[in-house]
Amino acid sequence: MARFAPPTLLRRALASDLVDRLTAPHGIDRYLELVHPTWTVREVRAEVVHARRQTPGTVTLVLRPNDAWSGFVAGQHVVVGVEIDGVVHDRCFSLAGSPHDPDGLLELTVKANPAGRVSRHLVEHAEPGLVVRLSPARGDFVLPSAAERTASGDHLVLLSGGSGITPVLSMLRSLVDERHAGPVTFVHYALTADDLCYRREVEDLVDALPGARLLIGLTDAPGEGDLDGFFGLEHLAQITEAPERAQVHLCGPTPLMASVEAVFAELGLADSVHLERFGPPPIDPTIDVGDGAVSFARSGTAAPSVGTILETAEAAGLTPAFGCRRGICGTCTTTKASGRVRDIVTGELSAADAAPIRLCTSIACGEVVVEL
Amino acid sequence: MPVPASAAHLTRAQIDALGAELDDLRARTVADLGERDRDYLQRVVRAQRGLEFAGRALLFAGFLPPAWVGGTTALALSKILDNMEIGHNVMHGQYDFLQDPAFQGTTFEWDTACPGDSWRHSHNHRHHTFTNIVGEDRDIGYAVIRIDEGKPWKPKDLGNPIYALLLATFFQYGVMLHDLEVENLAKGRTSWADTAELRKDMARKLGSQTLKDYVLWPLLTGPSAPLTFAANATANLARNLWSFTIIFCGHFPDGVATFTAEEAADESRGGWYLRQLLGSANLEGGPLFHVMSGNLSHQIEHHLFPDIPAHRYPEMAVEVREICERYGLPYNTGGLAKQFGSVVSKIVRFALPWSRSEPGSGPLPAADDGVAEVELAA
Repeated sequence: MARFAPPTLLRRALASDLVDRLTAPHGIDRYLELVHPTWTVREVRAEVVHARRQTPGTVTLVLRPNDAWSGFVAGQHVVVGVEIDGVVHDRCFSLAGSPHDPDGLLELTVKANPAGRVSRHLVEHAEPGLVVRLSPARGDFVLPSAAERTASGDHLVLLSGGSGITPVLSMLRSLVDERHAGPVTFVHYALTADDLCYRREVEDLVDALPGARLLIGLTDAPGEGDLDGFFGLEHLAQITEAPERAQVHLCGPTPLMASVEAVFAELGLADSVHLERFGPPPIDPTIDVGDGAVSFARSGTAAPSVGTILETAEAAGLTPAFGCRRGICGTCTTTKASGRVRDIVTGELSAADAAPIRLCTSIACGEVVVEL
Repeated sequence: MPVPASAAHLTRAQIDALGAELDDLRARTVADLGERDRDYLQRVVRAQRGLEFAGRALLFAGFLPPAWVGGTTALALSKILDNMEIGHNVMHGQYDFLQDPAFQGTTFEWDTACPGDSWRHSHNHRHHTFTNIVGEDRDIGYAVIRIDEGKPWKPKDLGNPIYALLLATFFQYGVMLHDLEVENLAKGRTSWADTAELRKDMARKLGSQTLKDYVLWPLLTGPSAPLTFAANATANLARNLWSFTIIFCGHFPDGVATFTAEEAADESRGGWYLRQLLGSANLEGGPLFHVMSGNLSHQIEHHLFPDIPAHRYPEMAVEVREICERYGLPYNTGGLAKQFGSVVSKIVRFALPWSRSEPGSGPLPAADDGVAEVELAA
């Protein structure tokens, strides 16, 4: 059932400069969203059209974005803003669908994290009709373009574990839509066969690609999958006989990603591994975190540093907004009034006063004051 | 820390206990924030945007007198709601906990000439931190009106009532220029060059507001352009007079204390609360009056808890009043006529060199017996 929405031409007119000036300082979206939350012409909003629960503790959402959405490349993620009890919470999710979907629908699969408010809320409550906020698609973890793939002729290895399947599934779907003919191996690790979401779809997709094959690794069910136990050199030998020709696109739990990276580094092929992390990034042990102290100017409290500034703030009882907790989405960006902080992902030192910092990846070096 | 006479009977420990009670009230309210506050904000925003839309739409028929009056009224109400219950309060960060980018204290813009960033500095920082400290809080008489005996009389103060009338009429521009600290520029304490960034912001915001209200919307209504222009000017004027009235009733009625920098030096948390309490005054009225005043009718609660959603103040006020009674502290409140009458009388009185504050006002030395009780003017 299609809901009435203003025609595209009208929406373009509403997004014009003139309308912006007439509706200053708030902008037209602040008025349109009161009529219907998806009517915004500049901010991306999406409505859930299907909510499918394929395995326990997960939900697969199909979303229809409004036309402020400008598309994505297979492998990218979005920040999804969900309202829970009146408060907007932002979290990052990888898009699992093909960017070539004829209806322009988006898909994401959410796994309930016992400690995660947003993932649990979506798994328990998401139903068709729910409207969420979306950021533009982000991330450098993307499928090489058809031209790049043809030029290199590389063996594409799409390797995932658990809920890390979503961005590489998007890549696989995109390859089918683009009629990719080169060699592809789709490798997916799960605990047992019951934990495999998308199994049917992956099998069909692999069948539809002339040069593709599928390897399922079951870590807790010996003998039932194609690969037993955890990734190692033996698994690599089953995946490819020529690792130097492989380009690995990897997303999964930290230990899996660490072992793949280690094996390829050992072979001198570290550059062949492209990965998407989720979960906090490892903290560089060479950064001294022991002597920092953070003052929170707006709330009038201060605390000795315990990890990142976000963690320090939370330990001090504050509840700053955050999204990905790994320095990507920018939700937690806050002004640092003074002091020096180091970014644990980039290693950069920020010493300027009144500088914006990402709380989730910044560590205080000495006394730091933030506007929180 | 010496305290004004109205609080001189309190010991240091009692002031600390007062602080702890108010901290506790604050913590209980913060713990309860959630959907109710979002729903309230949404209702007010819906009403404001609806009034604005209705006002702009009616003015297309502005050649019909009832449509002109209706359109102008709707637009005036929209601007009042936007500036007071929404803008002022959102920009205090009262709704930051919603984590909604549209209502973040640090980025919100309001429908008035003053840029949000400049307001956040002059109001949230200067006024709320240094509340009623003569020489620090530039909101005392907005640096142009003499309204406290702590400010020495000069012949130019004879113009006090005229300055007040001009400020009320052009209040949105007065608020905009406030952060420039013109008096400091004139005395050479700050340099013109220091304000370059600020002036650029002001010009941008002023330009955008003027373009919208005085060029684009009038032109859109075609032959009614002069009528729409007049309607928008009237709506802005109505908002100016109303917000001036409410704001001047917040700190300047008789009985409100001002402080010296020494009095406020090294103050404790309880001492800070005490200064906010003694330095503010409330207005009594019905629920609609409170909404239209942006709940600044609860100026006392606003100064105690500037970052708590203002629609919570009426319920917090019950406890604050009870606490004040127990500690023997004045709770300055009254109807709009009484409080504004008192402000007007002060503006006139302080135009003259021999003017004095009513008892309980102004920086007074602490009473030596420590039990002075000061009766408030009824």
